[in-house]
Amino acid sequence: MAKNFAMVNKMKKIKVIIIRTAGTNCDYELKSAFELCGATVDRVHINELISSKNKILSYDVLAVPGGFSYGDDIASGKILSNEIKYKLGDNVKKFALSGKPIIGICNGFQILVKMGLLPKPENFEQISTLSYNDSNKFECRWVHLKTEKKNNDRTLCLWTRDLPDVISLPVAHGEGKFVADKKILDDIEKNNQVVFRYCDKNGKDTVYPQDPNGSLNAIAGVCNKKGNVFGLMPHPERYIYALQHPSREGYDGVYGWGKKIFQNAIDYLK
Amino acid sequence: MKVNTIEILNLNDKQLVELSRKSVLSLSLVEMKEVQKYFRNIKRNPTDVELETIAQTWSEHCKHKTLTGNIEYTEEKGGKKKVTKYKNLLKETIFNATMKLNKDWCISVFKDNAGVIDFDKTNGVAFKVETHNHPSALEPYGGSATGIGGVIRDILGVGLGAKPLANTDVFCFGLPDTKSSEVPEGMHHPKRIAKGVVSGVRDYGNRMGIPTVNGGVFFDKGYMANPLVYCGTMGIIPKNMSEKEVKPGDLVLVVGGRTGRDGIHGATFSSVELDKESDVSAVQIGNPIVEKKVLDTMLKARDLKLYRAVTDCGAGGLSSAAGELGEKTGLVIQLEKVPLKYKGLAPWEIWISEAQERMVFAVPPKNKNKILNLFKKENVEATFIGKFTNDGKLLLKYGNEVVANMEMSFLHGGVPKPTRKAVWKQKPIKKQSPVKVSAKTLQEDIKKVLADINVCSRDWIIRQYDHEVQGQTVVKPLQGSSITNSGPQDAAVIWPYTVVKGTKKGIVLSNGINPEYGKVDTYKMTASSIEEAMRNAVCVGADPEKISLLDNFCWGNPNKPEILGSLVRASQAAYDLSLGYGVPFISGKDSLYNEYTIDGKTYSIPPAFLVSSMSVIEDVNKTITMDLKNAGNSIYLIGITKNELGASVYSKVKNFKNGIVPDLDVKVSKKIMKTIFSAINEGLLESCHDCSEGGLITSISEMAFAGDKGVNINADAIKTSEKMTIAETLFSESNTRFIVEVSPENVVKFEKMFKGIVVSKIGEVSNDKLLKLESKKSKISVKENIKNLQKAWQKTLQW
Repeated sequence: MAKNFAMVNKMKKIKVIIIRTAGTNCDYELKSAFELCGATVDRVHINELISSKNKILSYDVLAVPGGFSYGDDIASGKILSNEIKYKLGDNVKKFALSGKPIIGICNGFQILVKMGLLPKPENFEQISTLSYNDSNKFECRWVHLKTEKKNNDRTLCLWTRDLPDVISLPVAHGEGKFVADKKILDDIEKNNQVVFRYCDKNGKDTVYPQDPNGSLNAIAGVCNKKGNVFGLMPHPERYIYALQHPSREGYDGVYGWGKKIFQNAIDYLK
Repeated sequence: MKVNTIEILNLNDKQLVELSRKSVLSLSLVEMKEVQKYFRNIKRNPTDVELETIAQTWSEHCKHKTLTGNIEYTEEKGGKKKVTKYKNLLKETIFNATMKLNKDWCISVFKDNAGVIDFDKTNGVAFKVETHNHPSALEPYGGSATGIGGVIRDILGVGLGAKPLANTDVFCFGLPDTKSSEVPEGMHHPKRIAKGVVSGVRDYGNRMGIPTVNGGVFFDKGYMANPLVYCGTMGIIPKNMSEKEVKPGDLVLVVGGRTGRDGIHGATFSSVELDKESDVSAVQIGNPIVEKKVLDTMLKARDLKLYRAVTDCGAGGLSSAAGELGEKTGLVIQLEKVPLKYKGLAPWEIWISEAQERMVFAVPPKNKNKILNLFKKENVEATFIGKFTNDGKLLLKYGNEVVANMEMSFLHGGVPKPTRKAVWKQKPIKKQSPVKVSAKTLQEDIKKVLADINVCSRDWIIRQYDHEVQGQTVVKPLQGSSITNSGPQDAAVIWPYTVVKGTKKGIVLSNGINPEYGKVDTYKMTASSIEEAMRNAVCVGADPEKISLLDNFCWGNPNKPEILGSLVRASQAAYDLSLGYGVPFISGKDSLYNEYTIDGKTYSIPPAFLVSSMSVIEDVNKTITMDLKNAGNSIYLIGITKNELGASVYSKVKNFKNGIVPDLDVKVSKKIMKTIFSAINEGLLESCHDCSEGGLITSISEMAFAGDKGVNINADAIKTSEKMTIAETLFSESNTRFIVEVSPENVVKFEKMFKGIVVSKIGEVSNDKLLKLESKKSKISVKENIKNLQKAWQKTLQW
């Protein structure tokens, strides 16, 4: 009986929602990534979500992809973050506090930060931001990232479990410099909420261009205290296969380390 | 709204010319007289709407009058004259080659907004490269942004619409270190143009979510007043959607951006030489997010089969978009229904405005509400503005008032074909005197060539473009052995796995351009550019027999016989090479009248023939890159090196006046490229890079620092066609040469495969990060750290 139940559970299809709007760009590759990990994925336009507010709660994973939502006019991600916050508000907070996985990549990270879902969804107030790169220009390159581990191989963030100490992913952004007040930054550090930091190939501190934006504490990605809400500037959905890596490195001969990130969220729910 | 009737019936020749000039119609006297004849026949004067419509439809930009017109070409060689008459240069050369080759994998060539070839059983891939030169000269940011926006719409407007997968861009700019005092009045400084153009492509391309994966930049003082901006887009389309058909009764739907006063006369203005009075309002204003919304929604409408035809509003605006769709049927448009950015546009302005981000659809009446709802759901403006008829007439109304009423047959077939004269005289060719250098000079020269503005790293540009978005760029514009090294990759490879699930196939994009050769001979320039584009594709693993090409001519004023002569020569080369290689051209574009007048003196650009190539490969896993991989591997040079320093980068750096511009033997070239393809396909090569600007030593240096590896090179082993000095050997730009890396276990197989081809084993890969070059014959020994080579290559273009 128990075994059968486990099997049924294992076969449960995880439902992922990708929120999109005018200017969303990375939704197809993100969909492919989740599908490769066994999920069913819907790309849903924000207008549709606004017209049926509870729809979002029927999903297991929420993903906000990269791009230039509404052209990043005003500030990157600002308009969509307001739409989500004020037109779907409670439901998104509910989603986050229920412990379901949420990921925001690049513009998606900017959106999560600007609506205040990161780094502290309990408060749902913006307390940090992603500002212009120190180089003052758009930067597209592969970078090394240090996977922050709380103690002995266990990450706080459910998305980054069992990753190597250093992985590489591509970045492509003009506004990726993570900025917050010292007190907030200290809190984030103390709670082990930093998930990825820009580093050199050995995991040591680095400088431009390997640190592409000059983020405080070289922060490339953060999560909430529970570890289910994750935002990052680099693009794991562009490194699903080894073939996508500049020198074709990966694991199991075929896959890229980005895949592991999505697999973690799906496995966590199974 | 006021519509003016224009007096034309009683004008004399002088007055006709004046009318054309004053109203920026860009019509010649012969054409004006044809217009006059038409209206004398129907016994009335034209309205401003009618006259403007004719001017747009007959513009060089839309009709390509020169390339499709009558040309009498005289060639003078060795005191002998030979005259050739063309009735339609394009049809008799480039297009003719494509027809003769008749490849079964060509789906749609030279008839739609882009060329389409087979991808797999169910999908095709479309490719188009456009130019946006005049606008980019006046307003670099807006000009280039709308250039990329426009070519993306070409891909959206091919067949029933393709999904864009990649962008390419190639620029020609003036020299960035030009003194301000040398910049003509009314023009921007070349560096400002370069920065503005790059930013424009960046902001539009990145926002569209299309990776910019391949391109090039060529700097020359000849492009100071007339920069060239080539923008390309490649997309994927289901084969059963590669054709469109308009039926009488279908409704005309305009979708996307609103119409404003921007881009008035863009099409006709592109046939006018620039001067300090040139009007910036001819430049369009772009908004990529509006276009992205159109892209997202129209592909949905396509898959639901809600429309029968689509095309983009480009040059000539609605007048050419709706006009083209309704050419065979006729159409009636209510101009007052066109959504406007602001009030106050005259009917003719609405009709020809080149306001951006607009697509025109032919929608069967039964789908009227469905398609409107689909667009509305995602906040995309869509408005029905008229109907396709079956009377062969263009009928434009504003409210109840008829503002234009003309026969489609006159509009599309009425343009007269004058005969233009073209001449070409062969210039005397002289070899340079032998180039002798010391080891020390040679070492410096290698770095000087790497640092040359036309060889150096373009990473400042490339890294501002998102070349990874969509996650399908498996061979990238910069490649290296680790993520911190990089060298210039010959071609990009897109693996469209998010669109075609489970596919192993990929699309290779590359280009070739070298206006320096064209200053000597446009035939050789065109031949070399075609081979360069093909070499680049072959370097990553493309089959040279499956390559398709796009032509882009940017030339000066074709009314000048010498300029037209050089254009004819380039077309002949394109024809010869296309047939010789068996590779078809599938689409093309020309931009003429690239000249500028200062103080009464007219300056024309150096002719530029850009070749863009697209090919489909069977297995992306087999592709290789240009960076050296492992110490102990052998380095071979494939192909023979000739004494061809003419118009080379080395000649420029050393200020040599003479020299032979590289020749091309198509038979040898074909054999070599086919063999390299087989070698890559069988996994025999670890890396491959072609030799082009800067010669073989430049290629070896690039492979070394990209791979973070050293090399030991024996210069005496390089096979040459005659006795050459070491500098001539290292810097000659002879065509059909590749540097390849072979691992020890593959050496025997490799050498067997290349039997009968000139191959030199010139050295091996080392771990010591030094470029070591030895020539016992010339008693020269050079040792240079590859980091210094990389620095030289990277420092020039870091703005």
